[in-house]
Amino acid sequence: MSPDNKPILTISKVIKRFGGFHALDGLSFHVVPGEILGLVGPNGSGKTTAINVISGLYAPDGGEVVMDDVSIGGMASHKLVHRGINRTFQVPKPFMSLTVRQNIDVALAYGRASAAPPAMAALLDEYRLAEVADRPAADLNNVQQKTLDLVRALATGPRLLLLDELAAGLNPTELDWIAERIKALARSGIAIIVVEHLMGFIEHITDRVIVMNAGKEIFEGTLAVAVKVPQVIEVFLGGEHAV
Amino acid sequence: MPSSLKHLLFIVAPLIVLLAVLPGVYQNHLLLFNFVIFLVLAQGVNIIYGFTGYLPFGYVGFFGAGAYGFAIMVMHFQTPAVLAVLVGGLVGVALGLLLTPLLRLSGAYFAIANLAASLAVLHFVANPALENITKGPYGVSLTGTFNPNMAYAAAVVVLALTLGAVVFLKNSRFGLALQAVREDAVSASMAGVNVVKMRVIAWLASALVAGLAGGVYAWYVSVFYPDNVFSGDFSIFAIVFALFGGVATICGPIVGVIILYGIYNLIGFTTPQYFQLIYGLLIMGLVLFLPAGLVSLATRRGWHVP
Repeated sequence: MSPDNKPILTISKVIKRFGGFHALDGLSFHVVPGEILGLVGPNGSGKTTAINVISGLYAPDGGEVVMDDVSIGGMASHKLVHRGINRTFQVPKPFMSLTVRQNIDVALAYGRASAAPPAMAALLDEYRLAEVADRPAADLNNVQQKTLDLVRALATGPRLLLLDELAAGLNPTELDWIAERIKALARSGIAIIVVEHLMGFIEHITDRVIVMNAGKEIFEGTLAVAVKVPQVIEVFLGGEHAV
Repeated sequence: MPSSLKHLLFIVAPLIVLLAVLPGVYQNHLLLFNFVIFLVLAQGVNIIYGFTGYLPFGYVGFFGAGAYGFAIMVMHFQTPAVLAVLVGGLVGVALGLLLTPLLRLSGAYFAIANLAASLAVLHFVANPALENITKGPYGVSLTGTFNPNMAYAAAVVVLALTLGAVVFLKNSRFGLALQAVREDAVSASMAGVNVVKMRVIAWLASALVAGLAGGVYAWYVSVFYPDNVFSGDFSIFAIVFALFGGVATICGPIVGVIILYGIYNLIGFTTPQYFQLIYGLLIMGLVLFLPAGLVSLATRRGWHVP
């Protein structure tokens, strides 16, 4: 959490077009190891697109994505995973017909974690999946599937973790639990980018937020400051609420 | 005992031994040979469909290409039959490589494009302008290599190798990664799996299997026309047999071939006029009530089926 750390990821002036629509329109930000960075903004502001570009699902149409001094924009996802990027999905995407254990096994076997990845048993235990370890992922409830997405990501030993609405749909107890897990991951040195609509959750776990609107950042700093910035209020609530 | 060894000892070995001794006690050699060919093709479909989810409606393209690879080697280069069978397998792989762009498609689009590709290969081979090379539509006659007993033995060897490959897929992390790609390609890449590479490997492996089967088939029948070895029936039968038993397992396609090809021959001998009716009803019932195949009767109850 020391802000003078060298950024693990820097993206500058990134553009992503879908036809004539600019989903990302010159987005720039950076994240340092051990930091939890929140990505907030109204629906359609490009948060998930940003995650998709960083994780290699989309190639950027312009700008630069740099990790460890290497330009990674447009690199295939599995190569990015081997470089230490991983993510969860807004709608969890486990391998439905495989068991929980097999789901994790694939990531352990193919993730090429730079350091030794956590052990299967430890992961199952720590993320409350031990009881369902031998059931197909299709049998899990939504929260368990989300957790499995996270565990699959962790099994590849990521240094940069992108969490796309991990907290949505969790009850308050589960929220507290997952918040503690995310903080612990950051303390272990992982840089974490969190996309979330739950502002309380964002405030609770993030060190810094980027507020996005129409594909670019309009504010960078703590959430407490962000909510006092007229431009941010305007984007979230409409012009007449701005002070 | 590791489960791969168990599968080899208790599923593959008994089946291979049974097929090796059956010609000594059962007269209908051609029927036995066809069983072996369909066991190979159903497992080949299993490799590509069961483990990656691509439904190869034009699977026969590789089979026919293998048969003609064999024929060309024998006709023009007078190679020994065994070598020609290997070339047949390689021709299947070469065709598979040529068709790798199809893997960009998914679902029904892939199935249709693959079907079209197999028809294109058929008409290419059957083109009268290629009479000097393939004998065009007039068919080939390979009396020099005719040796049903050796060809049958070769078919059993190909089956053994194919089953070995499926046992490997079923028990290895490689096979697990393939299934992960089938379930969700994006998630698989997030597990660090090189999705394109995995798909191509499975695709070429199943092409190799069909190419070898085609080569062996050409060796066995020795006289055939393009329409015989590129017959869509091979694709349909292999797919239906594999699906009926249940894919992504070792036993499923075996059970499917034994039951369905058994019924096919039984009806064929006794009441051929009802064949299509009974077969059609069977397939409809299968799709409606057992989409995951016979093995799902067991897996639904929580029993593990290898």
